[in-house]
Amino acid sequence: MANKERAAVIGVGQTKYASNRGDVSLAGLVREAAYRALEMAGKTWAEIDAVVIGKAPDFFEGIMMPELYLAEALGCVGKPIMRVHTAGSVGGSTAIVASSLVHGGVHDTVLTLGFEKQSESNAMWALSLPSPFTTSINAGAGGYFSPIIRRYIEHTGAPDLIGCMVALKDRQHALRNPYAHYRDPELTFEKIVESPMLWDPIRFSETCPSSDGACAMVLTNEAGGDAHDGPVAWVHGTAMRTEANNYGGRNVVSPQASEDCAAAVYSQAGITNPRVEIDAVEMYVPFSWYEPMWLESLGFADEGEGWRMVEQGTTHIDGGDLPVNCSGGVLSSNPIGASGMIRFAEAALQVMGEAGDHQVDGARKAFGHAYGGGAQYFAMWIVGAAKP
Amino acid sequence: MVASMQRQEASIDDESEVEFMVPLIHGVKASIGLSQADIGFTCSGSSDFIAGQAFSFVMTIDGANPVPPISESHVEMDGAWALYEAWVKLQTGDIDTALVYSYSKSSGGSLRDVLATQMDPYYVAPLWPDAFAIEALAARQLIEGGMVSLVELAEIASRSREYAAANPNAVQTAQRSVAEIMAEAPVMDPLRPSDLPTSADGGCALILASGERAHELCERPAWIRGIDHRSDAHTLGVRDLTTSMSASLAAHKAGVGDDKVDFAELYAPFTTSQHLLTQALGLSGNTIINPSGGALCAHTMMASGLIRIGEAAQRISVGDGDRAVAHAGSGPNLQQNLVCVLEGD
Repeated sequence: MANKERAAVIGVGQTKYASNRGDVSLAGLVREAAYRALEMAGKTWAEIDAVVIGKAPDFFEGIMMPELYLAEALGCVGKPIMRVHTAGSVGGSTAIVASSLVHGGVHDTVLTLGFEKQSESNAMWALSLPSPFTTSINAGAGGYFSPIIRRYIEHTGAPDLIGCMVALKDRQHALRNPYAHYRDPELTFEKIVESPMLWDPIRFSETCPSSDGACAMVLTNEAGGDAHDGPVAWVHGTAMRTEANNYGGRNVVSPQASEDCAAAVYSQAGITNPRVEIDAVEMYVPFSWYEPMWLESLGFADEGEGWRMVEQGTTHIDGGDLPVNCSGGVLSSNPIGASGMIRFAEAALQVMGEAGDHQVDGARKAFGHAYGGGAQYFAMWIVGAAKP
Repeated sequence: MVASMQRQEASIDDESEVEFMVPLIHGVKASIGLSQADIGFTCSGSSDFIAGQAFSFVMTIDGANPVPPISESHVEMDGAWALYEAWVKLQTGDIDTALVYSYSKSSGGSLRDVLATQMDPYYVAPLWPDAFAIEALAARQLIEGGMVSLVELAEIASRSREYAAANPNAVQTAQRSVAEIMAEAPVMDPLRPSDLPTSADGGCALILASGERAHELCERPAWIRGIDHRSDAHTLGVRDLTTSMSASLAAHKAGVGDDKVDFAELYAPFTTSQHLLTQALGLSGNTIINPSGGALCAHTMMASGLIRIGEAAQRISVGDGDRAVAHAGSGPNLQQNLVCVLEGD
């Protein structure tokens, strides 16, 4: 990163996540998040040089290339606006494109935003459109990932109820986050275990909800970060990696692209022991079992040992020394196109000391993570309270 | 820009997008002796709405051979914006080569109707105004305002076909005189058949390299001296459809300036768009406009902008000129515009 312009997050804005934000239009939804990010950054629309937005497939709202329709709502008349789409990792990839605009010295201050309004359409339908020569299993993402999870359980001998422990932990975290969609103070471990089995071994209460929502960030260059009168999260490393969905010898539990992406981001951030050096993690866990799986893939646990961290409470904000998804994670809010950006933004909030009731005390370095496709698209960043 | 490759046909019936992109993606790398392992960053552009499938680009990435894993991204935009993202990555200094590709196969449906889903989803899209009707609004204003005549539009159409005859990738090469075009019955008044884009299936792949690496890979690279993109408002009622504020601004930011421009490749699906862009970019009568025949003679949605850049770069590389302007656009009445200034050494 020696010759690159430094990049810093100076503003984060989120909407309230809910299954149906019928109170706002799409334009209203994105403006809610954008306004809050601008307010935290102390910026006006006029001070934004460019906008980078991301969302999951256009079929989710039925609007083709929505950056066109949203140009006015996002203050882009006379400005550059781009739309990124990299499957479920899109929120993370979008933030990385925005940070590249700053790192490359192309723009000084950039607004980036991810959104989804799932209530406008039906994701399950959009994901199951028939395609020639391809068998459609019509079972959505859960049907795709459950065999991979079974493989993990078989391989590691993890106890059956580890997934339920992750689900309870993330929903307990969500109670501390006013923006979270799924907040149920009455939820118990027993209720999760007894919830219907959807895609064995994934129970109803171990899956993410379908949410409406948007998340935005304002990124600026070194001079902008230095001049900012307020908390700053400095970008220490960013990486994206992609691999084929299917090839001989592919490790579907811990894909090579995931391990390569993590290695790249650690190298940029100068991190040699993530388990010790990272204070808070926001990782993309749409199905509970992905927490122990990613803990191993990202190098926070040895192979086969990730589930022990869950069992021992290491990833719980109360008493754990590597709190994971203090915001409640994807299991508590899932506006798909924003879900990756929420991970990146929540990591930034942690090192800014602005995470409110779900703040990890003294967090200095945090990890933001997103994945997509058949666990083949990865986007990651590391942010720090100190300048890299 | 050190290499490019394209394919455009009226319709590619017997191959999927992945099948027809594999030869382009690998062909462009092989043409300068590179493999995927030599590429620092890969970026593509495509549309799910045209493919008729969510996450359609996930299939196509297999065609790039991402094993071992690659650093990669995708925009749901014309490939020109994928090129822009790759150019930004090159500016960070992290990489010195990038592969860019984009494609579509719109022959499976009615593109002019599909594009209606780009409009404001609450107030306009439910009326299903097709793409020709939206452009006809601008054409009507241009003509009634005395800014262009029907004869001038016919001249643009006739000249495009003349140029296209020399382009093996052009789809519409039937020659037609101005008088013949003037005799055509309007399709969407005042637009005649020859004022409209010629729909095509296909794609484009090209390779960017920075600094010395570019000279190693290409005898005469086409250097990107400036690149910028801007958006206009979406709401039709608040835009002046007879000018393009965003194209003018992007041209200014990209540094088109007053220096000589040997030729320009403009993403102009309609004769009216070519007229309007020529004015907005401040191009003089000495600049050859769309020597490839342009999108009027082969319009591959999602790739036509990238193809413009590839065409201009190739002409620079073979020494047809020293300075060119390439342009890409997106949205109703070219709401978004990207301008790129290219120069030879």
